[in-house]
Amino acid sequence: MTRKQIHLAAHFPGVNNTTVWSDPEAGSHIEFSSFVKLAQTAERAKFDFFFLAEGLRLREQNGQIYDLDVVGRPDTFTVLAALAAVTERLGLAGTINSTFNEPFEVARQFASLDHLSAGRAAWNVVTSWDAFTGENFRRGGFLPQDQRYERAETFLRTAWELFGSWRGDEIAADAGTGVFLRDPGAGAFAHHDAHFDIEGRFPVPRSPQGRPVIIQAGDSDEGREFAAATADAIFSRYGTLEAGQAFYTDVKGRLAKYGRTPEQLVILPAATFVLGDTDADAHERAHVVRRQQVSGQTAIKFLEQVWNTDLSGHDPDGPLPSTDPVVSDTTIAPGRASVRMYRDPLATAREWRQLAEAKNLSTRDLIIEVTGRQTFIGSPATVAAAIDDLVQADASDGFILVPHVTPGGLDEFADTVVPLLQERGSFRTEYTGTTLRDHLGIELPEG
Amino acid sequence: MAAGTGPRIAVALDGAGWHPAAWREPGARPRELLTAGYWADLVREAEAGKLDFVTIEDSLALQTANHLDRPGERTDLVQGRLDAVLIAARVAPLTSRIGLVPTAVVTHTEPFHLSKAIATLDYVSTGRAGVRVQVAGRADDNRHFGRREFGEFRLEDAAEPDRPSPLADLFDEAADYVEVLRRLWDSWEDDAEIRDVATGRFVDREKLHYIDFEGRWFSVKGPSITPRPPQGQPPVTALAHAAVPYRLAARSADVVYVTPSDREQAAAIVAAVRDEQERAGRGDETLHVFADVVVFLGDTDQAAADRRARLDDLSGAEYSSDAHVFTGTPAGLADLLLDWQAAGLSGFRLRPGAIPHDLTAITRGLVPELRSRGAFRTEYEANTLRGLLGLARPANRYAAV
Repeated sequence: MTRKQIHLAAHFPGVNNTTVWSDPEAGSHIEFSSFVKLAQTAERAKFDFFFLAEGLRLREQNGQIYDLDVVGRPDTFTVLAALAAVTERLGLAGTINSTFNEPFEVARQFASLDHLSAGRAAWNVVTSWDAFTGENFRRGGFLPQDQRYERAETFLRTAWELFGSWRGDEIAADAGTGVFLRDPGAGAFAHHDAHFDIEGRFPVPRSPQGRPVIIQAGDSDEGREFAAATADAIFSRYGTLEAGQAFYTDVKGRLAKYGRTPEQLVILPAATFVLGDTDADAHERAHVVRRQQVSGQTAIKFLEQVWNTDLSGHDPDGPLPSTDPVVSDTTIAPGRASVRMYRDPLATAREWRQLAEAKNLSTRDLIIEVTGRQTFIGSPATVAAAIDDLVQADASDGFILVPHVTPGGLDEFADTVVPLLQERGSFRTEYTGTTLRDHLGIELPEG
Repeated sequence: MAAGTGPRIAVALDGAGWHPAAWREPGARPRELLTAGYWADLVREAEAGKLDFVTIEDSLALQTANHLDRPGERTDLVQGRLDAVLIAARVAPLTSRIGLVPTAVVTHTEPFHLSKAIATLDYVSTGRAGVRVQVAGRADDNRHFGRREFGEFRLEDAAEPDRPSPLADLFDEAADYVEVLRRLWDSWEDDAEIRDVATGRFVDREKLHYIDFEGRWFSVKGPSITPRPPQGQPPVTALAHAAVPYRLAARSADVVYVTPSDREQAAAIVAAVRDEQERAGRGDETLHVFADVVVFLGDTDQAAADRRARLDDLSGAEYSSDAHVFTGTPAGLADLLLDWQAAGLSGFRLRPGAIPHDLTAITRGLVPELRSRGAFRTEYEANTLRGLLGLARPANRYAAV
């Protein structure tokens, strides 16, 4: 029995406070050289894929553009196509929204990317609905909550019909007879339902992977069901042993009813890390990084997202506000996922107060405590063991690693942790295939 | 341009070349048209010739031999293509000086997406991006999106800029679209990113601007999610055959491709474009007029004519085009280009009849011929596409003076 293999991906640092732009080592978030650097590090370390998130409107809080975190990012498709020129095997995963696009256009771009990368494209399918982001687009109107997954699923399945409209044997290109297209109906599609009413001929012949690898991040019951039915990989938020195992068991258990085996869906939690020569060094560094990630000002901004009011006068080094959050349909931070996370702000405030009192924490210390502590902290040996143990214990199939410094934040991991994972026999020492589906071991399902 | 006063030369890349039988020629690579290697080789060849830029054709539909065909119905043509912006991005890191001008359809797509895509192309090419905007009026294209219906798109309406028509609407929408592209490119001032550790601020939000565009077809709030591209404003280009698209180009473009059949017509078209440019209030701005010419080249006039005849035999019809078709030697082509240039053209967008033959005949035949007459560069004189086009890096419309 060969050992269960770990899958690893590199997340380009995002436009949130995980990314420490104030670090002296921090480079550009927009120059292409930063993307090249991280992608080439990931490929040198034999990672499965490179991952780009997306947000289609600059974040705002208190009616102003949020300026404490990194602001600005490139176009996902364009930068991935360029990265295909400077990497050879690394998968190239992009987050693309299904609300502010049409299936025809997204399918055309992903099929093109898959051709241009010789089979390395992946699509992280996200669905956001806020009118705030919608102000940048001509499409993407309001839909009732209960129709959103339906539309997202229909969008994805419509894109699949487009990817599948070419089987792969239609092009003869026979110069002698003059027959270029063997099948005069190649690319024909017709999809008519309440969401999409389209038909015609899809202009991109079948791409090397048939269709890109599909990644989803759904967490609700509906979201998990959607992923079990349609995804090749899940970008999950459960990186710990117990929560990871529970999620893993739940989602993998849903696959059978769609005729799928557990190997046909990989579960990859997001993970941050801080390394050190010793575990103690690493913990010390992790503490410094958390202080960098949560400045006093950032702590106030987090607080405002729960309290839903201007707290700019609040002292971050003092206790939590004595007033209760403002419960309202309007939010101080439109379009922010964190706002949707705190569905019951009064309860969150109660929990935070209890925690702050129990541990005698200032506002800033509390925010450091309750938001985004690093997933893996320790020496390379400690981190390698932790990752391997979690994967072997079926808490995940690997991780999407989020460095906190751009673009060199993965170097140390690549140089120190990856060789240890390879020594353990849990991670590839060379790529054995050429496509991302090869790396993930997930063939395109029939039909 | 650096070398004397000769014409700027761009080359229009499309599949295996512009002749419908080009893919059957010796040296053609019809099975590689969807690979990165094919496009990289073509653009490198153009760069080796020190051409100003390449354009890459695109469409939302399969290929046709003419506008009356149903897309994809001709099985003897190259069918299938890749997104041109992504092809340009894929070749950008493999080239260093040549401009990259993909075609983008502006009828069914989102200006917000295209703006950041071209800005990003400008980043990955370090300042060599442009875009050619194209409307898509066919019902077949419409049905791929299923969102809108507009009246019949009649080519004859293109000559009537002052009469309302579905065609005129599409071009007006395109002008709005380009306005949004341009505002979004300027929505970040160049020094908006400050990384001020002392105050904890990554950007100076006073230097980020809502564009607040509201038009008949869409409204866009802004700012862009992508900072201002290296060139500030990547050049916008458009192909135009008649008064309505001349007006679009005059309002919105840095380069317009036109299709005269002789020198006199070239002069008349240049005059028409300049008129529209005055009307648009852009009389003092640079708008380059390039003539499109399809080229079939050979060592002798006879050899070129024989090649073209052989291609016509293969396709079963005499080749015709919206643009002038030149068949002859590189020296003959140089004569024609220099003659037409005197009618007020800045340059030419050459459409190779068959690739690789007519592409290499441009880079290795025409280019040396022009150089021998002091009419083409021997080295690139600028690092950006705007630089090659003699366009200064523009001030930001939102920056406080």
